[in-house]
Amino acid sequence: MTRKEFIYFILRNKKFVFSFCVLTFLAVLATFGPMLTPYDPLEFASFPYQPPNRDHWLGTNTFGQDLFTQLVYGLRSSLLVGLLGGGLATFIGLSIGFAAGYKGGWLDEFLMMLSNILMVLPTLALLIIIAAYLPYRGVAIQSVIIGFTAWPWTARAVRAQTMTLKTREFVDLARITGCNNLKIIWQEIMPNMMSYVFMVFILQFGGAILAATGLDFIGLGPTRGISLGIMMQQATLWSAIQLGMWWWAITPGAVITLIVASLYIMNTGLDEIFNPRLREL
Amino acid sequence: MVGGVKIIKGVKILQKYLTRKIVVYLLTFFFAVTIDWAIPRFMPGNPINVLVSRFAALPESIKVMQSYFTQAFGLDRPLLEQYTSFWKALFRGDLGISIYLYPQPVLKVILEALPYTIAVLLPAIFVSFMVGNRLGAFVARKKRLDNTALPIFYTLTASPYFWFGILLAWFFGVVLKWFPIAGAYSYLLRRSFSWTFIKSFLYHWILPFSSLVLVMLGGWAIGMRNMIIYELEANYSRYLESCGASQKLIRKYSYRNAILPQVTGLAIQLGTAVAGTLTTEIVFSYPGIGYILMQGILNQDYFLIQGCFLFIVIGVLLANFIVDLFYLILDPRIRKTYTGEV
Repeated sequence: MTRKEFIYFILRNKKFVFSFCVLTFLAVLATFGPMLTPYDPLEFASFPYQPPNRDHWLGTNTFGQDLFTQLVYGLRSSLLVGLLGGGLATFIGLSIGFAAGYKGGWLDEFLMMLSNILMVLPTLALLIIIAAYLPYRGVAIQSVIIGFTAWPWTARAVRAQTMTLKTREFVDLARITGCNNLKIIWQEIMPNMMSYVFMVFILQFGGAILAATGLDFIGLGPTRGISLGIMMQQATLWSAIQLGMWWWAITPGAVITLIVASLYIMNTGLDEIFNPRLREL
Repeated sequence: MVGGVKIIKGVKILQKYLTRKIVVYLLTFFFAVTIDWAIPRFMPGNPINVLVSRFAALPESIKVMQSYFTQAFGLDRPLLEQYTSFWKALFRGDLGISIYLYPQPVLKVILEALPYTIAVLLPAIFVSFMVGNRLGAFVARKKRLDNTALPIFYTLTASPYFWFGILLAWFFGVVLKWFPIAGAYSYLLRRSFSWTFIKSFLYHWILPFSSLVLVMLGGWAIGMRNMIIYELEANYSRYLESCGASQKLIRKYSYRNAILPQVTGLAIQLGTAVAGTLTTEIVFSYPGIGYILMQGILNQDYFLIQGCFLFIVIGVLLANFIVDLFYLILDPRIRKTYTGEV
């Protein structure tokens, strides 16, 4: 596919264009949103229990905190967790997949056993037990523990692809010319699965955001600051639903759903772009 | 004679397949218990100090508490001994004493909560799997239907479990006032096998159950839709088509072939489904493991958190094993899939 063709297929793909616009909008909101609001996310800005109005676009909660402010700051940390956690999970998954698939032998056996174990082990339970004992939790630590638990399925998929690619002629040729293993993986094998790697990253990005939200909701979010999961946790703890404060309990989750759904749709769109068999429908 | 040899060979393959799976599960269990043991001991910060500072106001009681917890964790003994005694206690069913529900043993607290989690989780997995797959298969390769249904499925599968619970609770519980949104049965009742109790239980069960089903359903439907599209392209479908078979028949065969990867997916999704149930319980104050776990976290009841972790792991491992057995029944070619890759 030439670049021109590629751009043509991308622009023609409604799924990709739609989700790209949504994600760009949210990213802009997360970056510049905090400048649009005069309040601090934890500041008691105004009267409590206000539904959305002109001064408080998304209303206020039981403590009189401005929910729009909380939302944009929370969005920031959610996207950051997705980027860092998803990125780390992709990176570890790739490294282990390449190592296991390319080297084979006992290393392969060992790494696949490890990934099998981590795959049956319920991730959230593992995250809970680790996070519960951390005296201080921040976005970075959350991303790291998510990254270190989310890689197994990526590693397995990458390993399978590496194993088919490594028997191909161009890899043999590289080996004959005396390239070292790292160079072969980096220059011969990886470029052939770049589209796949990118799609994996998108899925890991969404997965990390969902995992972090679950952790926040269950009470293991960042110890300081705000996130979308913490907003919903507080809303639940302070009976926002029973009080009919939908603007407190529902908007943060709607934003999460929007992010993750856009990521999934983008993934499907990319699948159609890269895979001509799926394209016509 | 030849048949007999084949059966013996089949049994051997079966044994090998199951042994391999069981080894993975045992190793996972071992790994999980080790983590459960190691994390409180090697994590930065001292959980005992946190506990003590929460409970003791007087300086003297601080000392007593500190020595009590040090002994309870067995922290004054060598590490290896701590590790073996941890396993011994585990096999005795001793998971420590809950602090949040002092002085109840953790095991008792968990065993009381467990039936509620199972009551929402298992039916939800089963129903969503059946309905989701049918829906996905129905929608695939039907342009109009596909274009409207797919975004809905994506929204369902992308939403955090508990958020969807909040949404349903708000709409059906607060706006329409159709269903109660807290607890597993009416506060006026006591647990019994009476008709009124069962009715009240089901009435409270509907919302958490449907919220779980709906979120899980999206993923199954999308997976099935993609599989069916793939299967309809396969040679056997083309052949059937050229023979003049009806679309219905072709789809029936595609469904049968597509269901296998979905069962594998079921095993992979179990952990997520359990996690989703835990958070959904919190939304509905449903007294299952998730609700207990959150109380444990909020009250820094470490024994309870660790006990919940072990039970979740055991549950997921058992469920995985059941899915494996189910897969064996479903797929006669199991040996082919596993000789290449597990």
